[in-house]
Amino acid sequence: MTRLLYFAWVKEKVGKSAEEVVLPSDVATVAELIAWLKTRGPEFANAFEREDVIRAAIDRSHVRHDARIGAAREIAFFPPVTGG
Amino acid sequence: MIRVQHEDFDIGAEIARLTQGRRDIGAIVTFTGTVRDQSGAVDQMSIEHYPGMTESELARIEAEACARWKLQASLIVHRYGTLAPGDNIVLVVTASEHRDAAFDAARFLMDYLKSSAPFWKRESGKGGNHWVEASASDDAATASWNKKHAAE
Repeated sequence: MTRLLYFAWVKEKVGKSAEEVVLPSDVATVAELIAWLKTRGPEFANAFEREDVIRAAIDRSHVRHDARIGAAREIAFFPPVTGG
Repeated sequence: MIRVQHEDFDIGAEIARLTQGRRDIGAIVTFTGTVRDQSGAVDQMSIEHYPGMTESELARIEAEACARWKLQASLIVHRYGTLAPGDNIVLVVTASEHRDAAFDAARFLMDYLKSSAPFWKRESGKGGNHWVEASASDDAATASWNKKHAAE
């Protein structure tokens, strides 16, 4: 199982903040994970519509969309950060 | 040191705690970020963050500053939750022997924090309810540090 987390407007659009999923075996990168998520329902298609603006983190470190998921336990998706 | 908290902070008390008993500090720089209501349309600002990653990102940024400058002490405090215009959001304190390191490190910490610490601001009020958009100038500020680093 992999824990997926969503923050800010990604969370609002998806309608949940976290879930545990079994990733399909052909999902190897963050970009492939996003493509798969978009097939899971209109809320996911909507949340990830502008996928180039979505940021990702694997096990709490920022990663690019071409990053490999490997043995990740926690993958998070969120908009560009706006702290400070 | 880094702290992520809902509670407000007292700048004087934070400096006193950071520098207590120290005789090797000659310069202290602080930066405070506050909630701004630019157009009279903001009643509240809610700040969400990613518990766990926030702390590790702030610690990473602080370690990076300590690797670049000789700092005697440093502190980052960032608030989350519901705040109002005028409220404190973030505090950065840097202490060094001479002022240049403290000034430069404080600016570096803020620039990096803005582009990588996982916080998201949502404004609500007369102007409606919306997530604050990330600013391209924040990413540019971070990129300029990377360029300086590459040139060194």
